Amino acid sequence: MKISEIEKLLEGRVVCCEHKMDLSFEIACASDLMSDVLTLSHDNVLLITGLNNVSTIRTAEMSDIHCVILARNKTANAEMLALAKELGIVIIECPYSVFRASGVLFQTGIKPIY
Amino acid sequence: MHFTYNVEGGNFTRAGYASSEIKKILKQLNVDLAIIKRTVVASYEAEVNIVAHAYSGTIFVDITPETILIKFVDEGPGIPDIAMAMKEGFSTATSKVREMGFGAGMGLPNIRKNVDNMNITSEVGKGTVLELTMYLQ
Ligand SMILES: Nc1ncnc2c1ncn2[C@@H]1O[C@H](COP(=O)(O)OP(=O)(O)O)[C@@H](O)[C@H]1O
Ligand SMILES: [Mg+2]
Repeated sequence: MKISEIEKLLEGRVVCCEHKMDLSFEIACASDLMSDVLTLSHDNVLLITGLNNVSTIRTAEMSDIHCVILARNKTANAEMLALAKELGIVIIECPYSVFRASGVLFQTGIKPIY
Repeated sequence: MHFTYNVEGGNFTRAGYASSEIKKILKQLNVDLAIIKRTVVASYEAEVNIVAHAYSGTIFVDITPETILIKFVDEGPGIPDIAMAMKEGFSTATSKVREMGFGAGMGLPNIRKNVDNMNITSEVGKGTVLELTMYLQ
């Protein structure tokens, strides 16, 4: 599923790397625990999280995660935006909870890892 | 090739900077992508451990065609019981560390899982030395 479709489905807003709307994802994980995200060996995973700080973006970088969805109206701060821009990581801010955002994406066929 | 990075205890904004630089270097050297990911995931958890648990530290990187060696040397409280610290779920992290998405006691076990060789020594009241090795051939 493309970023542009994800953005629409989640009533979200892409706030970084708008030029990457064509990136596409098939698997996702939802976690606020970055140590947990860092245990995943899969590539091209979509991260849904409520953790809005710079370690979220650093974790995405190390894990080769190219898109982060910030749930429940969490906003990316200036530090996160600057780093994500430099690294080419898409950030989507969305009003849905982690649970709802995950549910909506699951329903459309995005696969879990476990 | 040798590289050195300084790490400041408590500075979560900068945590990951060194691992990010290491990732850039490994990419430039065309190292296998799966090896890069295992290396930088381990390096990032180790770097975060210095930030979270020590006062300051230095990361020494040594890359040859055969191996990637990364040595994390810190001045800090040290680890009284290394076997215990290696156990999944053991953590002395503060709430500040947990706010950053760490502090679940998963770092050291995940480092061990990702690297080819890991060696950790520590002196209470002085500091910790963690050596990670990845084989390239
Ligand atoms: N560099 C270090 N200096 C002092 N203590 C450390 C260091 N690295 C790890 N530890 C100790 O080992 C524990 C487990 O580390 P880790 O598995 O990374 O989990 P976490 O960092 O989430 O607590 C830490 O909570 C801490 O007590
Ligand atoms: Mg840790």
